[in-house]
Amino acid sequence: MRDETKYALKKTAFYFVIFTAVAWILIPIIVAFLYGFTTKTDYYNPDIIIPHSYTTKYVHTILFTLGAWEGIKNSVIVATLTIIISFILGIPAGYSIAKFIFPGRDMIKLSIVALRMFPIPVMAIPLIVLYIRLHLADTLLGVALAHTAMTLPFVVLITSNIFGSVSKEYEEAAMVFGLTRLGSFIKITLPLALPGLAAAAMFTFVMSWNEVFVASVLTLNHRTLPAQILSIMAGSSGGAAPDYYKFAAAFIMTLPAMLFIFFARKYLVTMWGITLK
Amino acid sequence: MEKKTLLPYLLILPAFAYLMFFVGYPLVQALYLAFTKNGAFSLETLRRTVSDYYFWSALKYTLALAAVIVPIQLGLAIVLALLVNKAFKGKDMVIYALVIPLTISDVAAGLIWYSMLSPYGFLNKVLMNIGLISQPIYFFGYQYRSREFLAIVLAEVWRATSIVFVIILAGLQMISREYLEAAEVFGASYWTKLRRIVLPMLKPSIQSALIIRTLFAMQIFGIVWILAGRDIPVLAGEGFYQLTEIKDYGVASVYALIIAGLSILLGALYIKFLKAEYLEVSR
Repeated sequence: MRDETKYALKKTAFYFVIFTAVAWILIPIIVAFLYGFTTKTDYYNPDIIIPHSYTTKYVHTILFTLGAWEGIKNSVIVATLTIIISFILGIPAGYSIAKFIFPGRDMIKLSIVALRMFPIPVMAIPLIVLYIRLHLADTLLGVALAHTAMTLPFVVLITSNIFGSVSKEYEEAAMVFGLTRLGSFIKITLPLALPGLAAAAMFTFVMSWNEVFVASVLTLNHRTLPAQILSIMAGSSGGAAPDYYKFAAAFIMTLPAMLFIFFARKYLVTMWGITLK
Repeated sequence: MEKKTLLPYLLILPAFAYLMFFVGYPLVQALYLAFTKNGAFSLETLRRTVSDYYFWSALKYTLALAAVIVPIQLGLAIVLALLVNKAFKGKDMVIYALVIPLTISDVAAGLIWYSMLSPYGFLNKVLMNIGLISQPIYFFGYQYRSREFLAIVLAEVWRATSIVFVIILAGLQMISREYLEAAEVFGASYWTKLRRIVLPMLKPSIQSALIIRTLFAMQIFGIVWILAGRDIPVLAGEGFYQLTEIKDYGVASVYALIIAGLSILLGALYIKFLKAEYLEVSR
């Protein structure tokens, strides 16, 4: 076989595999989204694979009759609280690990990595006892506090990485010119780290937005979106909801997170690389 | 170097204390709920848990799901990462497409795969229209439990292979080009390079990906709860069920403790490997 043909064959095979992999990821999302807007008759017609007629009726019902809109509002509140609390706690810790050298630093870093391994969501089970006592059960703050425990190790590791990449010289120069450490942090390091921190906030948002176990265990009436959807949809027999409602729900849950990550896509691989390593 | 102060510790303390509380308190509370009765030590709750048919079934299915899903994810992720780790047209878009599932929750992933596999779902419609089957294949319902298992495997491989993929890709990008170029100078083929250089240097990434995935597989919940309910019992699902339906805080706590125990075990393994890696670097 001539070298060019061999090369062309290799290239075709390569693109074929890549195409298959991308299709394997994208087709289920596209199908779920299409079926979320399909009319009942098209969905139950076995001859119609790609629906012809569309309706927003089911998305509308899920949002406004079955309480998903309330769920979205609750989810946004919980995620925002989670970002605020975990950043207030996490930024100083991340800064400290990035900028100071002190005895026990590696141990502390390692234990934060280890704490990330702890199944915080499942531990919402015993936590509910304390929450009932403190009147935190079924409150959004309660869910956000537990979500913070889940996202905090991530925020510490990610911010330490971000601050570490801001050159020490800038900060030292600022201190030479008479700024305090806090002043140079606020005036120099923080603005330079801002894009990274914004991406970290988006990831924190998505982690909280997607979490279902904690939210389902700790709330009853004030459910976040995944908890609300789970309680409507769960069960092999289809639960109470007809199929097309399930797809509409999938659409409502997936779209915001996908958009968020799209805006932070520049950081995608590095950030998950850091958090998951 | 900074002069020795308490400042770095003070900055870390709030985050550390917060985490210690949210790890420590539930553990102690769970032990109390699981092992006491009327204020005295008792194994009754534990006995009640293990005498339940669902307990052994949940343990079996949780381990079986992990044993099936994790190796598939690892294999797929390594192949994809090796393919993607070179320059080609549209690389960034391909990587973005492959990591989209990272943003999708387990509940949503379950619902998405339901749209593929339901009796009127995409797969059945396609197969029926090209004439491969005349009746829809039923994936859901207690009598089709082995297919429900398959549906969970498909959905979970679809959702969480991205995580492994990202870890492996990050590992690949850290391998210095110099090693590979040196090997090329000595005439090494692609397979030799792969076997002798890339895979050995990828070992730490593979280890951490394996452990992290196994660890999270112990907590599998949303995807199972959506696709199979209690037809396929899993540990986290039983804990959830005992707490929310039966209101048995003791038994639910036993489940939480078992998952925590498995996680601590796997986490310790992970830290051991990670520490070895740290030491190698600093030596």
